[in-house]
Amino acid sequence: MAKYVLKRLMMAVLVLFGVVTIVFIIMRAFSSDPAASVLGQHATAESMAAWRASYGLDKPLWEQYVSYLAGLLHGDLGYSYYDHTSVAGQIMGRFPATIELAVCAILIAGVFGIALGVAAAVHKRSFWDYFSTVVSLVGVSMPVFWLGILLIILFAGSLHVLPSTGRIDPMLQPVGGTGFYLLDTLLSGDFEAFGNALAHMILPSVTLAMYSLAIICRMTRSSMLDTLDEDYVRTARAKGVRRRRVQTHHALRNAMLPVTTVIGLELGSLLGGAMLTETIFAWPGIGKLAVDAIQQSDYPVVQGVVLLIGVIYVLMNIVVDVVYAYLDPRITYTKEEG
Amino acid sequence: MALLEVQDLVTEFPTRAGVVRAVNGVTFSVDEGEILAVVGESGSGKSVTALSIMGLLQDPGHIAHGSITFDGRELSALSDREMEEVRGNQIGMIFQEPMTSLNPVYRVGDQIVEAILTHEKIGKKEAWERAVEMLRVVGIPSPEERAHDFPHQMSGGMRQRVMIAMALVCRPKLLIADEPTTALDVTIQAQILDLIYRLRDAYHMAVLLITHDLGVVSEVADRAVVMYCGRTVEEAPVAELFMHPHHPYTTGLLQSIPRLEDDSSERLYAIEGTVPDPLEVGEGCPFANRCAYAADRCRSELPALSPVPGEGHRSIRCFYPLEVH
Repeated sequence: MAKYVLKRLMMAVLVLFGVVTIVFIIMRAFSSDPAASVLGQHATAESMAAWRASYGLDKPLWEQYVSYLAGLLHGDLGYSYYDHTSVAGQIMGRFPATIELAVCAILIAGVFGIALGVAAAVHKRSFWDYFSTVVSLVGVSMPVFWLGILLIILFAGSLHVLPSTGRIDPMLQPVGGTGFYLLDTLLSGDFEAFGNALAHMILPSVTLAMYSLAIICRMTRSSMLDTLDEDYVRTARAKGVRRRRVQTHHALRNAMLPVTTVIGLELGSLLGGAMLTETIFAWPGIGKLAVDAIQQSDYPVVQGVVLLIGVIYVLMNIVVDVVYAYLDPRITYTKEEG
Repeated sequence: MALLEVQDLVTEFPTRAGVVRAVNGVTFSVDEGEILAVVGESGSGKSVTALSIMGLLQDPGHIAHGSITFDGRELSALSDREMEEVRGNQIGMIFQEPMTSLNPVYRVGDQIVEAILTHEKIGKKEAWERAVEMLRVVGIPSPEERAHDFPHQMSGGMRQRVMIAMALVCRPKLLIADEPTTALDVTIQAQILDLIYRLRDAYHMAVLLITHDLGVVSEVADRAVVMYCGRTVEEAPVAELFMHPHHPYTTGLLQSIPRLEDDSSERLYAIEGTVPDPLEVGEGCPFANRCAYAADRCRSELPALSPVPGEGHRSIRCFYPLEVH
């Protein structure tokens, strides 16, 4: 297993190298001139040239690329063109917000998606089955920005029950700690702040969860329908095992194998920052960071965020494969002995 | 009194094209300690009969008519809960496909333990020891270690042994074996049959052996029920059935067994025609359209299953039985 993971990690380095290279080229080929964005409309040609020279952007492309790669190898992601803070620092500051949102969203999507999928499979062609079909259809087809805005209009605009932007009331913002507000407020015993952070979490996490929920629900349903038809389910019934236990211990346990993959990959993509959701809800995560950086042609920040997304994706894939081997004894990544 | 009595069982599957009667009037009984074979082609309703007895019919299949009495109790009247008490505890069942009948994600020992703990209030450790002991009984070498195996680490024959261990670990009075050897190699088939035969004697249990293989029937069964199109057509002790079949269908089946001494240049005997679509079975004898002896009466009227004249222990569903003295 260790050997397999090592091999996968080495492959991952190659993939990430590709990602870095492509982003480096795309940013320079298609985005507007950062000098113009940074210096504003009153900049002169001379001041722009001077600015470019100070950031090494006047050098040939390959030279910029080599020096960027050299920096990467030292763990240096570069500095933002705007506030001159380190990209790594910016990402570290924003990442907890994204993780918190992604974890809440995947919890909602996983719990409700699996429950709904199981109910639909067990009670095929019943109310639950049709209900789950409608929920999944809406979930996959409704654009996130539209769903988010609808929720904001309803719960923040009309009903005034939930906040629509930000992570927490600034007055209640925890100082220091892990950066995970739900965790920090809970650990410090500040329940008012915890409730406030939770209220801020509801709309963005539900918005973000809907798509994954739909996918997980459909996957669970079809996978569960398959396993319910399996011979070993009949065997378990023939042993006299209760129907409910057969559904959970035999059918669901096996049905979860493909669902685990989906959940892992969905989590990977959620952790990569939900650009639309974070933008709509002014959520200070890396998705929002990336959007802002792209708009401002802040090359180092965009490159840093995309590299992070790549790393998360690749790692989640490896994690899913490793988890899979634990869930399904038939899978081994090393040569069978004997 | 018989241990299991199936009386005029009718099992229906509503489909879009109409109601399919997969079992359409099956009658037989199994005595304590007896091996009864149910023989028939694919689609004759053998497996559905077994699943009806176990109460394991897939929706929307259901028993429409008839009775199944086991040990003095009417099974078709039992609640789900009561039926769960019977399954695995008083009636064990093994299936055709040992490769897919065990849950791939659990160790075989744990799967046997689950069968024990479903019916008995004993400790987990004790149950594990019983599972290992049962694996030893069914002939798994070094059962202490093999109990930790997952199904995919075992061969088909080994898995069928595990299935047998699982079905018998609660000492049921009846084992239903649905084509237990069909998916196995010939040499393994003999071992499994031999095992069932020995365990029948050791545990004094009855066996309902479902098979399409007349060779299997002749090797282990005491009596046999021949099914055709969801109906019992003939029932007799095995030796008599093989020596003197009375129903034209049984005769046809026996003639289609290839024999070593047969002239190899001759074509193998086959019953003419095909099994009718269960939706299109008419009023008369379902075998009439393939039967060389069929008369007009056979096509318009269904013969009743009745004792053979002069041989009261045998019964047959035919107006013109062969070889009846």
